[in-house]
Formats: sequence, C-alpha cells, structure tokens
Amino acid sequence: MVHQYKLNGYNIVLDTCSGSVHLVDDVAYDVIALYKEKSREEIVQELLAKYADRPDVTAADLNQCLDDVASLEAAGKLWTPDVYENMAFDFKNRNHVIKALCLHVAHTCNLNCSYCFAAQGRYQGERALMSLDVGKRAMEFLIEHSGTRHNLEVDFFGGEPLMNWQMVKDLVAYCRQREKETGKNFRFTLTTNGMLIDDDVIDFCNKEMSNVVLSLDGRKEVHDRLRVDYAGNGSYDRIVPKFQKFVKARGDKNYYIRGTYTHANTDFTNDIFHMADLGFTELSMEPVVSKPDDPCALTKEDLPVLLDQYELLAKEMLRRDREGRGFTFYHYMIDLTGGPCIYKRISGCGSGTEYMAVTPWGDLYPCHQFVGDPKYLLGDIWKGVTNTAVQDEFRHCNAYARPECKDCWAKLYCSGGCAANAYHATGSIRGVYEYGCELFKKRIECAIMIKVAENQDRAAKGEEVPIQLGGTCTACADGEACE
Amino acid sequence: MERIKTIATRDLTKSVQTGGCGECQTSCQSACKTSCGVANQKCENTNK
Repeated sequence: MVHQYKLNGYNIVLDTCSGSVHLVDDVAYDVIALYKEKSREEIVQELLAKYADRPDVTAADLNQCLDDVASLEAAGKLWTPDVYENMAFDFKNRNHVIKALCLHVAHTCNLNCSYCFAAQGRYQGERALMSLDVGKRAMEFLIEHSGTRHNLEVDFFGGEPLMNWQMVKDLVAYCRQREKETGKNFRFTLTTNGMLIDDDVIDFCNKEMSNVVLSLDGRKEVHDRLRVDYAGNGSYDRIVPKFQKFVKARGDKNYYIRGTYTHANTDFTNDIFHMADLGFTELSMEPVVSKPDDPCALTKEDLPVLLDQYELLAKEMLRRDREGRGFTFYHYMIDLTGGPCIYKRISGCGSGTEYMAVTPWGDLYPCHQFVGDPKYLLGDIWKGVTNTAVQDEFRHCNAYARPECKDCWAKLYCSGGCAANAYHATGSIRGVYEYGCELFKKRIECAIMIKVAENQDRAAKGEEVPIQLGGTCTACADGEACE
Repeated sequence: MERIKTIATRDLTKSVQTGGCGECQTSCQSACKTSCGVANQKCENTNK
C-alpha cells in the first residue's frame, strides 16, 4: 500500500509493506498518485497541462519519471504486495513465551489525580502492597515461561511503586542472583510520580533500572490542576527539583519525562516545550485515557487542534535540533534502518501473551490497563494462565485482526493499536479507537517527516545519506544491500 | 532519479527471513503505558 502526504514542505511517499520511504518533488508526487489510476499517456497529458508554466516538465521528463516509478515498483519499493496476513496468525500461535511483566507493587498512591486510569492507584479494588514472596514468585513465573528468551523486562508500577520501595530493592537483588543461576538478563524499569524520590532512590535506580519514567504534565498550572495530593495541593514544586536532580545524576542512562494531556490543555506542546526548558531531553506526552463523560476527556472538537499541535511539535523539534538544543519525543522516535522486523510490526505490544500485569496478590491480567476488570482476569502466578479463552482473544489481536484496518496505511506501524484503548472506546479489544488512530497516524507522519528532514540536513552537509535506486545501503538492519 | 530520493530503510520483506527472534522490548514497557506503537522499538536481534 502506498501512502502520500505533504508536511513541512516535504512530499513523502510511504510504501508500507516494504517500509520504503521516498522523498519526491511535486511532479513525481502527482505521477505516483495517478500511476495506478490512469494510462501513461493520460498521466503525461494531465501533468503537462498542470505544469504548463514549468519548462523543466516535458513529456520526456515525465516519461522518465514514470520509468523510475516502474523501476521502484519492480524493485519492491512501491506497491509492494501485502503478503503478511497469514504470518500474523502463525507467529502468535507458535509464540508462547512470556518476556515482560508489569509488576503492580503498590495498589496505592500518595497523589490523588482525578484522571488516573488506575483510580488513584487502587484499580477499583482495595489498597495493597505486593509482598516480597509474591514478587519472587512472579519472577519465577516469568523465568519459567520465558523459553529461550534472554532479555526479561520487569516494570515496577503502581499506584506509586516507591510506596513499596524496600520490596523493590529486595526483589532486584533476588533477580540479580537468579540471573547468575539462569543466564537470563533482567531489565528493570520504574514508573513514578516522584514524590518519594530521595538520594537512595536515585542511586539505586541509576545503578539498577534500565529506564525510569517520571510523571510530569508540563507547566505548573497544568500539572497542579490534576496531579494533587490528598489535601488538594499541587505536586509540581515538590517533584520538579527531584526530577532534575535524578536526571542529572542519571548520566546517559534512559529516562522519560512522561506527561498526560487532557481536554484542559489541548495546547500540550507548550507543556512539552516547558519540560525541555526545564532541562529534560527525553520526553513523552500521552492523550488521557478516560470515559467520554469525564470532563478531562478529549472531544471531537479537540481533534483538529491536537493534530495541528503534533505538526507544530515536529517543526519546533527540528528547529531546536538545528540550534543544538534538541530533545527526543517518544512518539517521534522511529528507527527507519534498525527498527522492528515484520513479525514485531504485525504482532504488536504482546499484551495478554508475552506481556502481562501482576497484581499485589499475584493475579495475572493482559496488561496494566485491564487490571481490576474481572472479565479479563487471566489466572495467577502460581497456576499460570487458566482463562485461555481470554488469552486466545489477545493472541488473535494483531495488525490484521480488524476489518477496519485492512486498508489503513498505518497498520504496520501501530500493529492494530492498543487493545485497552479499543476496549474502552468500543467495548471490544478487537474494536477500533478511531480517535486514537487519527492521533497515531499524524504522529507517524510527523516522525517520518523529521527523519526525512534530518536526512536532507545531512545530505546538505555533504553526507551521502539518501540513496537512489541502484545504490546500496549498508545501514539496513537486514545486513545486506537493498538491491 | 531526478525527482525521487529513496531514504534508507529496513526492508520489511527481507525481515520475513531474518526477524522474529522476539528479543525486542515490549512496546508499552518503555514510556507510554497508554497506547501502542511498535514503530519506535529497536530491533535487538543479535544474529541478523
């Protein structure tokens, strides 16, 4: 499938099934748009008329461009056939490995954020802390089900995981011992609101956590509107200095400052820029997950504003990058040469199959967003998955599971989208959260535009980064020439 | 090609043969926690 769009002065053509990205001029853009609709002669005549004031656009030139397009199609870089549908089913069916757990070490929180999808950390249930014994058993469950997979991922999540800090430290020590005995490699992450960060947390996390996710919504007035303690006081002034100290001490280890935007701050780029101005460079900002009648919920009228915001963000990021003060935005990180293989692109996040959430008392759910919903209880860490009917539902979630996605150019970038978002929007994990789709597609368009722009910037400096048909690309993750 | 530049990308059709090791990070684990996108995940196949 071919997707064409114009953004920030660039004409971009994506061939979604090969992953090819082409930067074209206006004439080639039109040639490609017409190529499957009209005959060669009709295209030449139509474009000669359209570009009558352009002396460089001749019949010979247009025929050359048509030949180039034909060559790209023959080389599998335009209109590459979609042959992946059956692979999606097979891949998930043969893959029974669990490789990541979201460990809910604390179903309680020291903040009282009204938009929290986890209902102030309690997930519609009782407040609870995970015991070290439950944590150890969860790690054994993960090891037992990880097959030959080397890297195992564990996210300390909540609620607020620092409210069960000693258990986190003890469990990490346990896993380091188990690494020696099993040959596995644990990668830990921690998601925190920051309230309990101290020197001990900073030192330990910077030694042991491969990534930390630090929750900040942006500008003080935005952050403090929703991220308040139980007395109603905003948390911005208490957490920002801690985050700055934490990140400074972290060196080159991964972190994200992660925010949530709502109906109240549809100008969320100002919050991202505020994060950057605070000195943070690894940034993430997510649309709120809420019920439609929640005052925080994003509205239909918000959508065009949000789409504009993503474009504005991309352009500003390029500008800042050229000025030497760039930052990373999670959703614009796209690795065109070393990114995911087709299997990953089809199978998605792995919720309910290779990724699960564990509650403080050891119950298993498909992911953290389903915790507390009895329909989605999968089993527990002692007996394993017993609700195989629900797991099968998740096993069949992939880029080809939804008829609505059949003709969508973005399906190999989103893998069919988030099952939890689909469920909350439509009542079915195989539904389509169309609002999220619109945001996602815009983000991918922006992400690829940034890559194209960076590519052009490097080319302007004399680096031979763009390739043309007949050239070879040693950067390819498949390790061979593109031709 | 005067009017078309092809940017270097991973060829997904070739990754049918070389991909599928499953060592890559779980998408939601890294930062978002409330949406799914695999495009920004890095390939961690050491034998590709």
